[in-house]
Amino acid sequence: MGKAEEAKKLGLTDEEYNLIVQTLGREPNDVELGMYSVMWSEHCSYKNSKPLLKRFPTKAPHVLQGPGENAGIVDIGDNLAVVLKIESHNHPSAVEPYQGAATGVGGIIRDIFAMGARPVALLDSLRFGELDDPRVKYLFGGVVSGIADYGNCMGIPTVGGETYFNDAYKDNPLVNAMCVGIIRQEDIVRGKAQGVGNSVMLVGAATGRDGIHGASFASEELSEESESKRPSVQVGDPFMEKLLLEACLELLKEKWVVGIQDLGAAGLTSACSETAARAGTGIELDVALVPRREKGMTPYEVMLSESQERMLIIVEKGHEEDVKRIFEKWDLYAVKIGEVTGDGMLRVLENGKVVAEVPAKSLAEGAPVIKREGKRPAYMDMQDLDYSKIEIPENLSEVLLQLLASLNIASKAWVYQQYDHTVRTNTVVPPGSDAAVLRIKGTKKGIALTTDCNGLYCYLDPYEGGKQAVAEAARNLVVTGAKPLAITDCLNFGSPENPEVYYQFEKCIEGISQAARILEIPVVSGNVSFYNESCSRVIFPTPVIGMMGLLEDVTKHCTIAFKNPGDLVVLLGENTDELGASEYLRVIFNIQGGKPPRVDLEREKRLQLCCLKAIEKGILSSAHDVSEGGLAVAIAESCITGNIGFEGEIMSDIRADALLFGEGQSRIVVSLKEENLPALIELADKEGVKAAVLGRVVPEYFRINIKDSKGSCKKIELSLKEMAEVWSKSLERKVER
Amino acid sequence: MRGAVIVFPGSNCDVDCFHVWKDVLGQPAEYVFHKEKFSPEDFDLIILPGGFSYGDYLRAGAIARFSPAMDSVYKAAEKGKLILGICNGFQILLEAGLLPGAMMKNRDLKFHCHDVYLKVGTADSPFTNMYLPGEVVKMPIAHGEGNYYADADTIERLKREDRIVFYYSDEKGNITDEANPNGSVENIAGILNEERNVLGMMPHPERCAEEILGNTDGKRLFMSILEYLEGRVKIGKSRRS
Repeated sequence: MGKAEEAKKLGLTDEEYNLIVQTLGREPNDVELGMYSVMWSEHCSYKNSKPLLKRFPTKAPHVLQGPGENAGIVDIGDNLAVVLKIESHNHPSAVEPYQGAATGVGGIIRDIFAMGARPVALLDSLRFGELDDPRVKYLFGGVVSGIADYGNCMGIPTVGGETYFNDAYKDNPLVNAMCVGIIRQEDIVRGKAQGVGNSVMLVGAATGRDGIHGASFASEELSEESESKRPSVQVGDPFMEKLLLEACLELLKEKWVVGIQDLGAAGLTSACSETAARAGTGIELDVALVPRREKGMTPYEVMLSESQERMLIIVEKGHEEDVKRIFEKWDLYAVKIGEVTGDGMLRVLENGKVVAEVPAKSLAEGAPVIKREGKRPAYMDMQDLDYSKIEIPENLSEVLLQLLASLNIASKAWVYQQYDHTVRTNTVVPPGSDAAVLRIKGTKKGIALTTDCNGLYCYLDPYEGGKQAVAEAARNLVVTGAKPLAITDCLNFGSPENPEVYYQFEKCIEGISQAARILEIPVVSGNVSFYNESCSRVIFPTPVIGMMGLLEDVTKHCTIAFKNPGDLVVLLGENTDELGASEYLRVIFNIQGGKPPRVDLEREKRLQLCCLKAIEKGILSSAHDVSEGGLAVAIAESCITGNIGFEGEIMSDIRADALLFGEGQSRIVVSLKEENLPALIELADKEGVKAAVLGRVVPEYFRINIKDSKGSCKKIELSLKEMAEVWSKSLERKVER
Repeated sequence: MRGAVIVFPGSNCDVDCFHVWKDVLGQPAEYVFHKEKFSPEDFDLIILPGGFSYGDYLRAGAIARFSPAMDSVYKAAEKGKLILGICNGFQILLEAGLLPGAMMKNRDLKFHCHDVYLKVGTADSPFTNMYLPGEVVKMPIAHGEGNYYADADTIERLKREDRIVFYYSDEKGNITDEANPNGSVENIAGILNEERNVLGMMPHPERCAEEILGNTDGKRLFMSILEYLEGRVKIGKSRRS
């Protein structure tokens, strides 16, 4: 087989192959071709997404590190910074859910401590098909235990995330893991191979044959043959990673450490070429020096192995023994495998003989950018629903119960109770709220964390869906009392080669960018995952927004639970006549259509400011964002989590089901002592936000009456106990059955 | 009172225990790395923290008991120093033979992280003298192997000698099967050794010792230790003798 053909088999196009030949001035050998094929895969090169990602607003005075490094960094004052990043591990999880998810967690943790930060929290944004399918159930169980076993052993609390179920994700589940770290600003390190003559060392686990071509596997659609790609999935060892974490953090206190980089996708090839490219240097290494766990590995295999729990470290020449001393304490090896050179080449030797020699910059950054044209999907023009044909169900109480039982709304306790979420004793608001809140020891501060995206909204209208994901994530932080500071995004899409998918991608990015700009929340890191499709279906476009916010005084945080009988319940924001894309239509009528709710970003901004100020003033007892399931579900959740009831009456001419279950945006349900109402009204007036009393917190029962101007009347009446029962137990019942 | 927290390579509640003893109780605290030895006179309290000592792929705590630091823990226990094993620390104390019985995987084979109610079995210990016998307290658990087992004779003896410190219970103190998160025999959540100076428990008192975390029921356990060490309370054997 000729080289050009081999290149094609490895996923390189003719144009890419020709560029490689032109760059090298010769045909690449096998090792070089292998290295190029992984580094120029979509997963590593972002060749399909780069130009569009530039549209994100990434700058703000508090951004210390934007996209392009292992993770983004944000200044939170007190000389401290928060490091954050989210990443996908979708394809590995689709064929080997346990290890796929586990190594996804392992990889994102390494990205955080590669910046020198102590990881303090994990979040997981998960999407699966419907649990009635036995294979989906297997994937779901495997992913959750993979995340649990890895995160729990690491002693990093898993404090939040989301879990959605929809047939769109049946063949291709989404597993996005986010990690957040805290660092003193002077301790920040970067992944640069600076200083000619400095030593390049490999630390952590030995290198084996696992995960070879994992990056390429992530850059193609899932198919019948994907099962055979199981060897492309890496195997995780959280105990090894824990040792590596402690050793690296000890090492990074030393001033003679020049740079550090995680070995993730494309292993040594990517770590060496990226660190060299960032510093404008080269690296020469000898694969014979790389400790192995298997005999007879070729240079090709060593360079492409994605064995987990390894880091590349660049230290000033002469400090190699110091590195070894630290790693020996943790029973890990640290071996010098090469050094930084000035010629810009990544030169791979085997026992002194050159086996590959390519420009580091070309490998890391030279993949030709692919310009694609999007095409508005045909389905978008057929989605208008005539709601007048949908009859409002007689028994709205029953509808509410059905919504509370829907797995996209019901409690996810079955998932998060398998994750240690209280270790490190910082968890102030545990999972199960709109956002998690962690205190920062030694300060008065706290951080709030969330991930959000509604794939159906993004499918029906990618621009509005992208906007909404950012708006909702920010709202989820704001209801805890945190000011949103930064976004890390995980963009999960089908194949960019499909113009309709590319259109979805482009519009989602536009929506995210617009919302981020108006709400003034910069994007500081992220990840793109394409090719999330099988021969039978493409996933919903799912741009998951991970967001971090800051509480100046963590003792003032607010939670979603109603607290005191007699408190007034107030809606901040306006009810709208929107039913499209709602969980109500999906669950009750089996309709996934209509226009998703629109976010008026200026109105959203005023609402969030108003809520933040109210929490800061200490006048609220609770605050909860209205999202899937609408107003009725939001009030019910505040009741269930507070183990307390609600009674209220709403006057409105909006049709009853849209009023109760529509997912109109920019609404927050708050509760407060009656004496605080004037202060809230005054604040709302000042910020230009509507505030309306909905009712009161009462013991044990749940009653909503709605009336319109014609005098017609509808009601929901349920006991707290029956609501709590379905909301708390539905997921467990479905999985354990 | 000088406290030590033993750091096994996979310990991950070491910082939490250190934080409570030092910052919440205001006592001097030190980390002792698993490769180090110490003298029984060096510390008044030795905490074996939660985590995954040596990865625990074999059996929780099975390797930890061979570590150099554990040699010193045996000696300190013999000398009557207080040893507190929490979660993985409890598992290690069982493997080390400092407490009777063994730990199995939770009966549903899942990791459990949530609050549980505990009925205080005995307040007659250096660790629980600030609780009332029969009182119900709330603490978080976070473990995959907390299914305590001991044979009937051992359980009988533990009861006779008033060595069961905590039982998993409901909010009202009823010891029921529904309130048992892991299948532990007789809902046992924590036990003492014969001399009452070694406590092993699965729940995490260090995770509920501060207002900001929403629960301070665990703080009294550390305050009990201080009361005892500073000689303000007498317990068990010393009282009987």
